[in-house]
Amino acid sequence: MTTPATDHQATADPTGSGGLRLDDVTLALGDGDAAVTALDHVALTVAPGEFVAVVGPSGSGKSSLLAVAGGLQRPTSGTVRIAGTELTALPDKQRTAARRRHIGFVFQQSNLLASLTVREQLLLPLHIDGRLDTAARARADELIEAVGLTHRAGSRPHQLSGGERQRAGLARALMTSPTVLLVDEPTSALDRVRSAEAVRLIAEQTHEHGTATVMVTHDTAIMDAADRVHEMVDGRLS
Amino acid sequence: MFLALRDLRFARGRFALMGAVVALIAVLGVLLSGLASGLADAGISGLRALPVTHMAFDEKATSEQFSRSTVEREDWQAWSTAPGVERAEPFGNTLANAQVTQGAKKGEQVNLAVFGMAPDSPLAPRPGKGEGLEEGSAGIVITQEIADLGVEVGDVLTTDKSEVRLRVVGLVDETVSYGHIGVAYTDLNTWRHLHYGLPGDLPEAAERQATAVALTLEPGADVTAVEKATATRADTKETTFGASPGYEAESSTMALIKGFLYAISALVVGAFFTVWTVQRKAEIALLKALGAPTGYILRDALAQVVAVLVGATAAGTAVGLALGSAMIGKAPFSLSAPAIATSSGLLVLLGTVGAVVAVRRITAVDPLTALGATR
Repeated sequence: MTTPATDHQATADPTGSGGLRLDDVTLALGDGDAAVTALDHVALTVAPGEFVAVVGPSGSGKSSLLAVAGGLQRPTSGTVRIAGTELTALPDKQRTAARRRHIGFVFQQSNLLASLTVREQLLLPLHIDGRLDTAARARADELIEAVGLTHRAGSRPHQLSGGERQRAGLARALMTSPTVLLVDEPTSALDRVRSAEAVRLIAEQTHEHGTATVMVTHDTAIMDAADRVHEMVDGRLS
Repeated sequence: MFLALRDLRFARGRFALMGAVVALIAVLGVLLSGLASGLADAGISGLRALPVTHMAFDEKATSEQFSRSTVEREDWQAWSTAPGVERAEPFGNTLANAQVTQGAKKGEQVNLAVFGMAPDSPLAPRPGKGEGLEEGSAGIVITQEIADLGVEVGDVLTTDKSEVRLRVVGLVDETVSYGHIGVAYTDLNTWRHLHYGLPGDLPEAAERQATAVALTLEPGADVTAVEKATATRADTKETTFGASPGYEAESSTMALIKGFLYAISALVVGAFFTVWTVQRKAEIALLKALGAPTGYILRDALAQVVAVLVGATAAGTAVGLALGSAMIGKAPFSLSAPAIATSSGLLVLLGTVGAVVAVRRITAVDPLTALGATR
């Protein structure tokens, strides 16, 4: 099931047109004396099937990196490309659509909707996109199985453990077969053993589905599973 | 509705509470509508039933025209020959107290709203039982409301003041009343005796008088000239309802109560959905981050609002109808389908308006807040 990461890196498009590519991205927040440079001329290329971890202390700009890469926030300057399309050049509506179709988010503490079962959490992104059909339902069942939640498919978030919620969040992010998978502090609510499991699962799914995955974390213990590790300090990426 | 329905089911306790408030307001809405129609029927159904389009009153009588106005024979004659007037008849109106002096319910006190008219005029009643009116016979045709008191065809009533003996010659088996009193139709001469409180022969001046001229006008007829010539003013039949005792006060009180009810309902619904939307802020941010357009989330939220309102209003209306049916006959209450449909429709509509104001804040939620430890 797990393909060696190097194989994927070998097939990666060196121009970055297949995955995620940030060029010279700067994000300034606030103005005047309160102005902060959250991202300072950041360049990052992630090939399909590649799992990149970005570590850094809180306030270093990790979340801003995800916000800009995921089209939630426009950078002050620079470009973000997803599968060759310049996300930063799209008008708001198309940016929302791009988020829906090409970007998968795994949020901190998973961020599931309280009233939906695990299976419904997975179907929701396709319902939003008007593509909820038999194939979608079959894919949901496959992904639930892949993250080991088949016995929990009918459970709601409050009935799940932290680890199960995180796995459901990962499965939901993969539902739309995204080009880019953005993972925000996946282990903040998990203990050491479960953290390692969760990150291993992300790596595994990245390689299996060929997503360009960026995980930000301050937990240096979970970086081993990543293909590449960058460090972020004061908005600069090394 | 993907999320809306599941939220309804998941948070059913909260929605049931709010739904119960709306349902109770709907019950009250139906009861008030029924009471308003019932009061209107009791107040003006006698006037409504008259086959006329207008009534011309003495122009000096500007309020309570039916008790203050007097018109003369020359007036209705002038009206009947005026252009644009199809028909003009004298119409008399007075309230009388009488006692059953002959009949099964002897000694029973009866209030009468007396309508006087020429027995051969189209205003005259067509009784379902007994006979019609006859000039100078001192006969009356009673309506169901008076028959409900036990008065029967063949009975004799004697008025308190004038001691005029009235023979009940016929019965219109409909509830027709004026100022909450059952209508009794009689000929003009008898009406004059009752109105002026005079037994025996009438003075000559009284013989030429009536309360108003009952008119059937052609649509759009200009009657300014004849109004001027006769010193009368023609009001539409609907306008004359306001001249019925207590009618304006009753209907404006009802309208005021209903208005407050709708306003309260809109505020309750608005307040509930404001709290609900604020509570949902993190989920809304998440939906937006997942790429849901604002329109998708708004549609979902509004569908939820309408589902709750329609469901609660339908349940409340059903309960209101059941309670209302039990009240018919015991209170001035009548159920009119258009009035109830309007009442329930307004409840849904205004509730939706209240909720729209509340769910609009969905547009302001920033998807960025889905990132980071915001929960």
